[in-house]
Amino acid sequence: MLQTEPIAPISLSADEADVKAEDYLWTLNFGPQHPATHTTLRLVLKLDGERVVDAIPDIGYLHSGFEKLGEHLDYNQYVTVTDRMNYISPMANNVAWHHAVEKLLDIEITPRCQYVRVIVSELARISDHLLSCGAMGLDTGAFTFFLYAFYQREVIYDIFETLCGARFTNSYTRVGGAMHDITPLVVEKIRTFLDTFPKTLEDMERLLNRNRIFVDRTKGVGVLSKEEAIATSASGPVARASGVTLDVRKDEPYLAYGDFDFKVCCMRTGDCYARYLVRMAELRESLKIVRQAIDNLPSGPINVGVDERTALPDKRQVYQTIEGTITHFELMMNNRGFQVPQEEVYAAIEAPNGELGFYVVGDGSHVAYRARCRPPSFIHFAVFPRLIRGHTLSDVVAVLGSLNIIAAELDR
Amino acid sequence: MHHLSDVIDDLRELTTGTTEEVTVTEFRGQQRIVLPKSVLKDSFGRLRDNWGFDLMVDITCVDYLNYRGARNRFGLVYVLASSGANTRLVLRVMLNEPDLSVVSAVPFWEGADWLEREVWDMFGICFEGHPNLQRILMPEEFTAHPLRKDYPLQGRGERHHFPTLTRSEA
Repeated sequence: MLQTEPIAPISLSADEADVKAEDYLWTLNFGPQHPATHTTLRLVLKLDGERVVDAIPDIGYLHSGFEKLGEHLDYNQYVTVTDRMNYISPMANNVAWHHAVEKLLDIEITPRCQYVRVIVSELARISDHLLSCGAMGLDTGAFTFFLYAFYQREVIYDIFETLCGARFTNSYTRVGGAMHDITPLVVEKIRTFLDTFPKTLEDMERLLNRNRIFVDRTKGVGVLSKEEAIATSASGPVARASGVTLDVRKDEPYLAYGDFDFKVCCMRTGDCYARYLVRMAELRESLKIVRQAIDNLPSGPINVGVDERTALPDKRQVYQTIEGTITHFELMMNNRGFQVPQEEVYAAIEAPNGELGFYVVGDGSHVAYRARCRPPSFIHFAVFPRLIRGHTLSDVVAVLGSLNIIAAELDR
Repeated sequence: MHHLSDVIDDLRELTTGTTEEVTVTEFRGQQRIVLPKSVLKDSFGRLRDNWGFDLMVDITCVDYLNYRGARNRFGLVYVLASSGANTRLVLRVMLNEPDLSVVSAVPFWEGADWLEREVWDMFGICFEGHPNLQRILMPEEFTAHPLRKDYPLQGRGERHHFPTLTRSEA
């Protein structure tokens, strides 16, 4: 039968309206295995149609007890675990860990080592930003951009392989120095990279910066205001895209960062597009730093001298000199080793993702009493529900990509 | 701009007239303020509002169970920073069993939320006034606090001890 009268609108009391409103919501599990999360993390999304009403992050799937392991591995061994935290830029983690340990042990590393560490951590920053921008492009439909970025990451892997023998899990730094000195071949490869990369970078910018699809999907999405960024302890590119002018490299220059001329890249808008642009701008600044460091690379040893008994001597010294043999044995024996004070210290570096700090407690023995890592991904993922509320389901991947959440660092 | 000594004097004011005191230690140029638990909430307010420490960089904990010369079981660590003045400050609060609870920093710094959940998860320190104090890294049904020093590296809480859920039971 045909209904002729218009249907009267149903009026509900406030309580009933709430229940009815809940009826519309769908709960969607995003992850833990999902191609667009890139790593193992789970989101419980409350959806109203396509719109995300709320997001509840559920983490811990990749928790591997790295901090507990840090209490059982010595100061040189633990560097292999830091590789596996943010595996997109392991070099930066290595530098961060030994930066904290050397602050605890009061070791002054050589000028050459400072420069080499700056070079490797800036190359790590380039490779990290390439991945996070590339993956963000991939998730928003820009596959070519992703391949451009990954090709250049491959070049950096090649440089690291020539430098220390490992492409991915470098474990390059050591207490008081590094595993190997930088060789002329590495310098040549870095110079080639410095000369060829800017052209690719221009191509990448031309591909995406004014790409209608990409800009529409990222501009105005996931806006983090400056006040929110400070209140939620955001750091690194996420904070700088919201107008917080913090950068540990400038604020508390560690290693040799005081010697270099570079800018801190900031935006005011705080959306996904701003975070992308900040990362792209930081690529250029990192290139500037690497070029200055390569041009002014100090000569001299990379490790602290054998007599200081802090850095492991190289094998030639161990086998051919008595000082080398003694130092090697002293450092390798658990009851000798380093002179560790019964003290604790917090030291941070500006990792590609934000402030990466280690709180190291020494108890006089060869292992740390506590090795706390302050992971930027963990801090940034806590902000995620605030960023995604009110946006659509397809924006989840854009926001995730722009925060660069690395689950191994998130869960440790 | 301000000097840390002024901040310390301001915090010392909070304990005047009581038996507790604020102590300051320094190591490698890093000043650490050890606060009694009773003044923690007032200190949070003063540090954020009067002295501009608007960034809660990190919250963590150290279990001093077998630490030589330690008089307290747990030591909480708050790393604060000021986004305007570029200064850092480390706050310490010492806790002992059985009273392992402390006021939450979430009303002052939103970023403290997950950091405090992690400390609860790993050390079993209870944060009063936290909006959602649940385990964050370990599974919900986990009973121990694995970063405590009396929790062994191996032998407890491994995956094969967990009940296995089949699809029909889930």
